[in-house]
Amino acid sequence: MSDWIIILIKIICALVWFLVIALYLTWVERKESAVIQDRIGANRAYIWKFRFIGLFQPFADAIKMLFKEDFTPRFSRRFLHNLAPFISFFFVAITVSAIPFGDVLRIGGREIKLQIVDFNVSLLFVMAMLSLGIYGIILAGWSSNNRYTLLGGMRGAAQLISYEVALGLSLIGLIMVYPSLKLSAIVHYQGELLWGWIPKWGVFLQPLGLLIFFFAAMAETKRVPFDLPEGENEIVGFFTEYSGLKWGLFMFTDFMEVLIVACLLTTLFFGGWQVPWLYADGFHFPWGGAWLLPHGIVVAFQVLAFNLKVFFFCWLQILVRWTYPRFRYDQVMDLGWKLLVPLSLVNIAGTAILMSLIG
Amino acid sequence: MIKALVNFIAIIKGSLLTTRHFMVNMWFHTLKLFRIKTKRKGAVTIQYPEEKREIAPRHRSLHRLLKREDGKPRCVACMLCVTVCPSECMYVEAAEDPDPEIQKYPSTFIIDLSRCCFCGFCVEACPEDAIRMDTEQIEFAEYTRDRLLYDLEKLIG
Repeated sequence: MSDWIIILIKIICALVWFLVIALYLTWVERKESAVIQDRIGANRAYIWKFRFIGLFQPFADAIKMLFKEDFTPRFSRRFLHNLAPFISFFFVAITVSAIPFGDVLRIGGREIKLQIVDFNVSLLFVMAMLSLGIYGIILAGWSSNNRYTLLGGMRGAAQLISYEVALGLSLIGLIMVYPSLKLSAIVHYQGELLWGWIPKWGVFLQPLGLLIFFFAAMAETKRVPFDLPEGENEIVGFFTEYSGLKWGLFMFTDFMEVLIVACLLTTLFFGGWQVPWLYADGFHFPWGGAWLLPHGIVVAFQVLAFNLKVFFFCWLQILVRWTYPRFRYDQVMDLGWKLLVPLSLVNIAGTAILMSLIG
Repeated sequence: MIKALVNFIAIIKGSLLTTRHFMVNMWFHTLKLFRIKTKRKGAVTIQYPEEKREIAPRHRSLHRLLKREDGKPRCVACMLCVTVCPSECMYVEAAEDPDPEIQKYPSTFIIDLSRCCFCGFCVEACPEDAIRMDTEQIEFAEYTRDRLLYDLEKLIG
């Protein structure tokens, strides 16, 4: 019984964390782009004289979207048209179940893993769910029964499928280094040290893999440098026929994808919840000396480290989105098939050779 | 291969540029948050309703009609402004003035601000220097169009 309650609490906590941060990513995106462009950004939404640098803005946006007319065109395929945003939302939201937020927490003689479910193929699970998200896009494009949306959906499918290949191949090197498909195990392997002082993070063992993964994952989020399905300046995109909260759901899905990509980057390449030289009983520095800490503070450090890394990668992705112009269709395909896929193959071969040499 | 490398370096440079902008602006925003005065600001934005930009001396704002010493309008209803107005937003009706030196005065003088394009030709055309656009008033939005018909009383006041 109490196991079920713990699972329920974990699900609620993780989902609230996920949705609130994705909600505030909309605000972060507006503010960050403003700061990059020497502006101030959204700061006007207020509740009774209090503005708090625009922190109420996401709620104002949400209320606006709730009260907008939710229009379904007469010529659309109604059921699928209504279903599509929920499909793309669901498959992103479910990935959070496999993300490890921290190590085990011991309360009252009970060990609680700070991860909703810790199953053996969680990496494959996350990849599979992220690629199933395409269905939402292509269904939205097709069921709207409009040429431009169909074009957007087709482009989205083509782009996501081609980057899926590079994404998968870039992780093979990583799986060779950390011999597991279990995200928590991968994070545990990254707690070891390289030559006694460098933490054994993926970024030091798989720099090329990180680069390929980052590009491919950016393409997966289908935001500006790779915004073919949307293409606001040429075909307006797969959600042209959506309005109100269903359109908002598509936009929200984009931000959730940004967040989940940041989570994956952190978990796979930057040690997840690992803090350098922090072990279960405190810090043990490589130059000797230790700083022993109680269990609760160690767990707090881990969760904090995970969050900080995730925020950094969210920031980085938004920075990329506001720095680069968008790619043309053929350029995206070139980058995917002619550069990233061969490079990831090179990465696999190089990793294999190095591993067999070193042993 | 070399081209790809050059492009890659250019990509990195681009992101460094935006990062620099972000960091510098964020630093000044943070200083402002802690109420530390600096010469430079984090953003070039002027927060409009609260802060207003200084209006340049040659800025063409809302029209005003000038008065004689006795308080009557200086306008002699010569219709030059009506003739020159490119958006045809002025309507002037002349009436006879008992003073033979003045001869005519405007009995109605209406400017339709919803049509006015603020070109300032009426000011240039006026031989009596009776109309000027130097009130520095730029906020006169209304909810209905007929409230934008400014008559003699409003213009002279």
